[in-house]
Parts: sequence; structure tokens; C-alpha cells
Amino acid sequence: MKPGGLLLGFFYRLRARGLKVTPHQWLALVEGLARGLHGSSLMGFYSLARCLLVKDEGELDDFDQAFAEHFQGAPEALPGLEAEVLAWLESPIPPYQIDPELRRVLDQVDVEALRAELERRLREQQERHDGGDYWVGTGGTSAFGHSGYHPGGIRIGGQGRFGSAVQVAGQRRFREHRRDLLLDTRQLAVALKKLRALTRVGPAEELDVDGTIDRTAREAGELALLFRPPRQNQLGLLLAMDVGGSMEPYRRLVDVLFSAAHGARHFKRFAHVYFHNCVYAQVYADAAFSEPIPLAELLRRFPADTRLVLVGDAHMYPGELLDRHGAIQWDERNEEPGLVTLRRLAAHFHHAAWLNPMRGHLWEAPSVTLVRSVFPMYPLSVAGVAELAEELARKAPRGSPVRGRAGSAGTRR
Amino acid sequence: MRDGFDRFAGTRSYITSPELRHAVNVAVALGRPLLVKGEPGTGKTLLAHAVAEDLGLELITWNVKSTSKAADGLYVYDTVRRLQDSRFGDKDVSDIRQYIRLGPLGRALVAERLVVLLIDEIDKADLEFPNDLLHELDAMEFEVLETSERHRARQRPVVVITSNAEKELPDPFLRRCVFHFIRFPDEAQMAEIVGVHHPELPKKMLKQCLERFYWLREVPGLRKRPSTSELIDWIGALVAAGLSPGEVAGELPFLGTLVKKPEDVEAVAQASGRARGGGYR
Repeated sequence: MKPGGLLLGFFYRLRARGLKVTPHQWLALVEGLARGLHGSSLMGFYSLARCLLVKDEGELDDFDQAFAEHFQGAPEALPGLEAEVLAWLESPIPPYQIDPELRRVLDQVDVEALRAELERRLREQQERHDGGDYWVGTGGTSAFGHSGYHPGGIRIGGQGRFGSAVQVAGQRRFREHRRDLLLDTRQLAVALKKLRALTRVGPAEELDVDGTIDRTAREAGELALLFRPPRQNQLGLLLAMDVGGSMEPYRRLVDVLFSAAHGARHFKRFAHVYFHNCVYAQVYADAAFSEPIPLAELLRRFPADTRLVLVGDAHMYPGELLDRHGAIQWDERNEEPGLVTLRRLAAHFHHAAWLNPMRGHLWEAPSVTLVRSVFPMYPLSVAGVAELAEELARKAPRGSPVRGRAGSAGTRR
Repeated sequence: MRDGFDRFAGTRSYITSPELRHAVNVAVALGRPLLVKGEPGTGKTLLAHAVAEDLGLELITWNVKSTSKAADGLYVYDTVRRLQDSRFGDKDVSDIRQYIRLGPLGRALVAERLVVLLIDEIDKADLEFPNDLLHELDAMEFEVLETSERHRARQRPVVVITSNAEKELPDPFLRRCVFHFIRFPDEAQMAEIVGVHHPELPKKMLKQCLERFYWLREVPGLRKRPSTSELIDWIGALVAAGLSPGEVAGELPFLGTLVKKPEDVEAVAQASGRARGGGYR
């Protein structure tokens, strides 16, 4: 085996396991090895590699499994594997020794050669990835190539025989993964940060430099300090989430959105309620639907400048929107068709939008089209949330009922 | 300070695992920040103190708060004082440098000798905070804009960063750190830790306390599991009250030192009721 081959195999195995190990981190490991930080023992190597390549405690288990697999050929999943790795590493035969092959490799690591090899592999991988055939047939290492997401679900049959069609299909699917599955709490939280309206409130404790210079000049050089309140977000967010039924597959996605919004501390106020399929005479404070909040109460509690974001697939029998007593829930006897209730919400909240976790091409369904006639709809993805946040942060929303009325009054005059 | 790689060996009052020691030594050798995560009360903050003590270095602490800004860690320019001083012409205000106050990160970077910098609870701050530190932690240099002075660290300070995982940290930041997750100590390790704080404690009492403590941590439905520091406080209270192992085995005296939420007290009451095979009381 070439020097470095064993190690590089480990790198790709980690990536195949879904660990987002980057060349940057790998080079740090190589530097550490070259400087002997592993103490010429496999245990040392294990602990060095772990502290440099793992970035989150959630990845530790994957790391341990990959390590055991790679350096011992252990079965893929074993309960208590971590203990086994440790026990194996610490087993007295040979005590803290490394097998001669690996030891030779580790001790004679040529950083330059390894770097060159790594770069060559990366270059090669890049080309092949663009071609789309490498990651189609090669199982374990197929996750290589982009942002570290391990596309566990991608299996494209027929190997390379489909030629360019597979290339196109492959690339498309990859993009979808990037946009939807890479969605994590942090990315969403960053996207939600755009949702703010900064206003100066509170005690004046920030020095207004321009104002101070201006006042001081007016006072003919007599220093006149001017303070002002710091800028703070004045925006409240009300998240209304559709739960149960057809929303079940999107639960994780909605959870991520919820924790991002909940963790974002920049809102003046954040609240959430639940509904099923459509909002009728009441919403619920909990996902078990045990604490109803009448709609009138909701509208009283949340002023019109609260940003309302409804999350749901809007996918239902159109009657649930159009008919009296159309609600899907047995005990819900709505006197007012759901669509009318939605319009009431839209009329109360000047800034409201709908987030849909369903893929865009399914938005042509009749019920979705109806909902879209009331609320602007955005996909529940990082890009979609960013767009929504930017739109809802505007002072006067585009196409708002207020502006619409003013416009029609103008034409009548 | 010791030379060579195995510099940090733990201190008498701070018990470490071999892996944690290795992670510290790797971070020191590679000049990278050490990011420490773990359950509250597992001694993340104390680690930096122990590293400083063991290596005989000065410790500079930066307690991050929700309002902390990365730039404030480098320096703050006290404009107001300078303006005030300039009013009556009795002070020389031409030298801006006397109005530049270095923050913890700034002090660590200009220090004459090697120092340990603790950035405590980095996840308390704004989302962008870690990203704003990237350049300074990478290049170990910064510029004071008001004076155009560049400061570059003579030696890369040993940086220890703690996080309670309240917020996820950005990937570019994580990539630059040496990561270590402090696992909750097992009974043997815990006995050693308690021994440091309560060396006089009889063995039988220690065993009984640990048994109850680990039982308590496994109570189903517990929202906040008691941590090491709470265990040490609890034992302190038991010792002060002069209780015997038998008294600890039955009831849980001073439960308030271990369990602090009303729901959790309820959960413990239920669990201990079940353990006794009857209703509570």
C-alpha cells in the first residue's frame, strides 16, 4: 500500500459516514502526525484524529464506527462499539503498539507527498463528480464531492450506461439535497435574522457621534454629549403550524424551523400556535390540541404588526376550505368556510405569509392554489425562509390590503 | 513550563481523562483553539484554570454574554472620556493610545509571555460572534483602527473555548478548533473527583452518596440532571449536617441542592415511591 493510502481511505470512509471532514482539517491531522503528536501509538492516533476531525458530539459515534471499520474490519454496527474500540486499542497484545505496517506509514509520513496526493485526489474527484459517474456506482465513498452531505438515499440504477441522462438526473438530485436536506437550525436561524425592524427604543446609552459634533459646534466648542437609545428589533413573530396527517413526513423539517425561530433571540416577541390543515374558529396552544385559543382572542393578543407565518402543506380536500362544516376534524363545526377565516387573518395581520414544506411542483393542487390566493407562499427551505424574512421585514408589504385600498380610492377620485 | 508535547498533565484539584489531556496538548502543539463542550457542571471552565495552573501561565478570561461583540474583545476606544478630557485643555489628549482599552482577546495577543485565554460560553453571544473572531484567532493579530497600530502575538496564546451547545456554532469556526466533548464522569472517576474536594469523607459514605446520585440522574422524566458541582455541594451539606450513610440510603436529604425544578422534585418523589414498592409517604 502506498504511504498515505491507508490514511486517505480513512478520510473517505469518514466522509462516507456523513462526517463533514474537510481537507483543511485533514491537513491539520497530517501536520499533527508529522510532528509526532500521535506518540507513535494507535491510541494516540485515534485520539488525535478524533479531536481534529470531529466537531460535534453527535458525530463521535460515527467516528468510532468508521475507525473500527477501517482499522480492524469490525462489523458495521455493534452495540457498545465505542467501548470495544477503546478496549481493542488498549489490549495488551501488543500494548500501545501499532502494527508495523501502520507504524512505518505513520512515522514516515511525507507531508508534501500526502498533500500532493490529497490535492490530486480532490482534483480528480471534482472532475469525476462533475461528470456524475463516480458517485453513482461506488458505494461507500460516493458521498464525496460536495458540502459533506452523505446522500444515503441516492441510488441510481444502471451504472454508467445511461450516459448523460444520468449525469443530468444526478446533478439535479444533488441540488435538491443541498437546498432541502442540508437545512439545519443554524442556517435557518441566519435566514430568519433578516426578519427584523430596527427601531431606537429604551434608555439613551449609545453615543451619537454625529449629533455630538453638531451640538458641540453649535455651542461654539463647549462639549455637548448627545446620547441615543440603541437600535432594537421591534418585530414580533407568530408561527402557526399545521400538524398531523399529511404533515407527518415534514415533521423534522418543521421542528428545525421551530427551533431556529425559538432560538433566535432577536425577536421582540415570539409565539407559536397549531392548527390542522386550515385555521377555523380556533387555533391551539399545543400540538395535542388540548388548549384551544379562539380566533378572536388570537387577533386581540397579537397586534396587526405581528408577522404571521403559517406553516403547512395546504394540501387538502378543497371543501375543507370552501364549505361550512368542512373541517376535517370531527369536533370542529366551522360556521365559516376555512378560506374566509384565512382571509380574516390576512386582513388583520399586515404581514403574513405561508411556508410550504412540499416541493414546488405540487403547488398546483386546487387547495394550494386557493391558499396562495390569500397568502404569498414560500418553500420551506433556507432560500425560501430568507426570501420570506426579507419580504416580511418591509415596513409596507407589497400588495398589502392597506395599500390596495388606498390605490383603488385613488382611481375613484 | 515543561517542554515537549505532553505538557498538560492535569492538576491535583482537577481530574482529567487521558483523552482530554491529549486534546489539550494537541491544541497547544498545533496552536489551535480548543473547543470544549459537555453537560453543564462537567468542569469546562475549570479546565482553562487547570491548564493555566499546570503550565504556570497567566489566565485571561473573557466571559461572553448575549450582548458581547467580537470587536469589544480586542479593544474599546473610549471616545467620551477623550472628549471630556479635551474640554478644559488641562490634559494632553493628542495621544489616542491612552484612550484605547484592550479587551481580553487584545490583551492575550499583546502579552509579553505566553498566556491562556478562556473564551467562556461562546454560544451565549450572537450567531455571528464566532465568525467575527475567525481572523484574529487564525492570524493572531489585529489592528487598532484609531491609531493604525498592528499587534501580532509573539506566541500563539493557548485558547480554550467553552460552549453549552445553546446555539450551533458555524462550520468555518468549528473547522479551526480542536474539539473535545467532556463525557459525564463514571463512578470511579467521580469518586476521584469527590476525593479531591472532600478528602475526609469515609469510603462507605462516598459509595452511598454516589449510588444515590447516579440513581437520581437516571430518574425518568428529569429535566435537569444534577451535575458534578451539585454533587460536591450536596456532599458538603451532608458532611456539615453530620449525616450517616444509612440516612442517605433511605431519604434524599437536602434534595434542593441536587434538584432545582419543581417538576423534577415531583419526578424524584414518584420514582422513589416506586423504588420502595409503595406510594409516596
